[in-house]
Amino acid sequence: MTDKREPLRADDLPEPVVRRPRFNVALIWLVPALAALVALSLVVNNWLQAGATITISFLSAEGLVAGKTPVKYKSVVIGKVNRIALSGDRSHVLVQVALDNSAEGFATVDARYWVVRPRIGLGGVSGVGTLLSGAYIGADVGRSKVSTDAFVGLETPPAVLHDAIGKSFTLKSGDLGSLDIGSPVYYRRIQVGQVVSYQLDQDGTGVSIQIFIDGPNDRFVSRDSRFWNASGVDVSLGADGLKVNSQSLATVLAGGVAFQAPPRPHDTSPAPENASFTLFADQATAMMPPDGPSRYVRMRFDQSLRGLNVNAPVEFLGINVGRVVSMNLDYDPQRQRFPLDVGAVVYPRRLGRAYEKLAAVAHPGGAQTELSSMIGVLVAHGLRAQVRAGNLLTGQLYIALDFPPNAPPATFDAQARPPLIPTVPGSFDKLQEQLAEIVNKVQKLPLERIGRNLDKSLAELDLTLEQINQKLLPQLNDKLLPQLNDRLLPQINSTLQDAQRTLGSAGRALSADSPLQQNLERTLQQLERTARSLRALTDYLGAHPEALIRGRQPDQTLPQGHQP
Amino acid sequence: MSELPRARELGLVGCRVCGLVCQDIFSLEAACPRCGARLGRSMAASVARTWALLLAAFILYIPANVVPIMRTVSLGDVDDNTILSGVVELWRNGSPGLAVIVFSASIVVPITKFLVLGMLLLSSQAGSGWARLQRALLFRATELVGYWSMLDVFVVALLTALVQFGIFSRVEPLPGVMYFGLTVVLTMLASMSFDPRLIWDGGESDD
Repeated sequence: MTDKREPLRADDLPEPVVRRPRFNVALIWLVPALAALVALSLVVNNWLQAGATITISFLSAEGLVAGKTPVKYKSVVIGKVNRIALSGDRSHVLVQVALDNSAEGFATVDARYWVVRPRIGLGGVSGVGTLLSGAYIGADVGRSKVSTDAFVGLETPPAVLHDAIGKSFTLKSGDLGSLDIGSPVYYRRIQVGQVVSYQLDQDGTGVSIQIFIDGPNDRFVSRDSRFWNASGVDVSLGADGLKVNSQSLATVLAGGVAFQAPPRPHDTSPAPENASFTLFADQATAMMPPDGPSRYVRMRFDQSLRGLNVNAPVEFLGINVGRVVSMNLDYDPQRQRFPLDVGAVVYPRRLGRAYEKLAAVAHPGGAQTELSSMIGVLVAHGLRAQVRAGNLLTGQLYIALDFPPNAPPATFDAQARPPLIPTVPGSFDKLQEQLAEIVNKVQKLPLERIGRNLDKSLAELDLTLEQINQKLLPQLNDKLLPQLNDRLLPQINSTLQDAQRTLGSAGRALSADSPLQQNLERTLQQLERTARSLRALTDYLGAHPEALIRGRQPDQTLPQGHQP
Repeated sequence: MSELPRARELGLVGCRVCGLVCQDIFSLEAACPRCGARLGRSMAASVARTWALLLAAFILYIPANVVPIMRTVSLGDVDDNTILSGVVELWRNGSPGLAVIVFSASIVVPITKFLVLGMLLLSSQAGSGWARLQRALLFRATELVGYWSMLDVFVVALLTALVQFGIFSRVEPLPGVMYFGLTVVLTMLASMSFDPRLIWDGGESDD
């Protein structure tokens, strides 16, 4: 190539070689087609995955974030919160949730939703994980097939999920006590279930508590199982010492229910689902034989019943057969007294075999068991109601149905409803009566006459002593001494000299200013005073015999008897 | 000579690799006799290839923006972000500068590329002689700036590798970043397959 500047001629130049292309140019269009396919598959996938959109209403959207908060079932995400809005009346929030396609079973009427947040209660701590990750909506699938898209969210997590294995039971109770949703249910101190819900009965006279016993322990709930409120501590003082009985500490604080089979032959077949039981206040009550139907009886007491409370026991020969339910003051215008009407509920079945036999006596041959006729039989045999002191320290009283000796005859109206059991005064009243009797007897003593006689005797004694003083001693001096001088002196001169010495000392002793004389005189004066005060005492006792018991009353006592 | 001559008009073609000047045989299958590099150039093939790649990139750009690209798990708090929501979050969390960078790299640049390439293709196909020099400049700028779009992909890749602190903090890539990476690659391929000579082809009157 030396001729550089020469204009090039196309013919001189080398010809390009021809090479077939490796692939067709049109194949490049596969790239956008592939991209379109990918995009389309995404769309289709998204469309297939999208499930129902539901709206859940909550009281508060605390912790919920639109576009982020997941909906989880067993910790598996089944949807996501799309939108959070206030309801029309601003009373609650409406949370719109897009469920996954796989979660269509969660859009049925009995599905439940709640917000899982950290919760700290007496029963334990839950939802700690959400402290860091934020709240999420928990879901529980329902069994229904009816689909819906509007739900009311629960404010507290449900205690039991739908698919939990076990049985639900209903407990009837007078009040809820310290139970709450989630309170444990114990069987032999092992937690086997929990309280699921509770509500007032329709008529408001009690509470129905739903409990759930987890399988397989639900088979221990038999038809005769007894449930009791295990809250609190049971302290009992018995022959074997002080016993403190309680379930776990959590139960003491948060309440709980325990159940057990009664300690006697019973039906051991498992109770059916949703069976109803009575919730007793404590284990002892729960373990008692069934009470059977209760009956109402009335008693009328003529005395103060201070210390008798509602719920005080009614005992028949020491067996608790019922309790006092009412106490009403009444007025009897004829006697001008205030009798107390005491109403009591008794459980005749608690008498056990005696009840059946009594029923047979009251209704020979008949199947009818009328309580009042049975009471009639017993009253005829001396049954009376009596208020007795159950505890001398606290003054608590109870009502004893007993057969007191010497009970005054009483009439029993078998037709009265409720039956009125005749009463006798209680043991305290009896004591008062006995005291009054003693006073009466003391009053009947002839104290006045005794006093008079005593006075006279004392006066005579006084006189006698005076005579001795004034007459006997001078006579002794005048007559005895000359005789002694005349006859005996010569013989017993020496003896007399000794005797003279002796007599001299005796004479000193017996002189008017001798201590003996003075003592004697003082004694006599005291006797005189005693006689006087005795007289005053007898006079006073005559006027106020009760002072013997009560002591001297400085003031005038009130007249006896009721002044209505 | 009112206008400058072009190689095609003189029946010449130069090898781009070894510089050999050959006869132009106007065949797509022509190759350099010395080094074997392709000589043939087809306006239609270049346009078609660019169109196809651009279209594919555009199609993939849609899921790249809709599907989240990154999952941030910090103390159990799971946060999925798409490109746009990530930008918004950066802006809200007090990094407006970073937000602007990510926004321009991930949104502005790809869209600019789509528009510029589309405009170049359309104008070339029409054989328009309008603002040829500016269009050529625009093309060069597009090619230069194109691969900066990969910034987002790199951010995700780097964070995924670096932020792995168990329950405290964790970053995971999500499918969106794959679509976005494909978009960027396809736009780069598209701009590569666009022959800037196309700008100068066509009606010669205007210049």
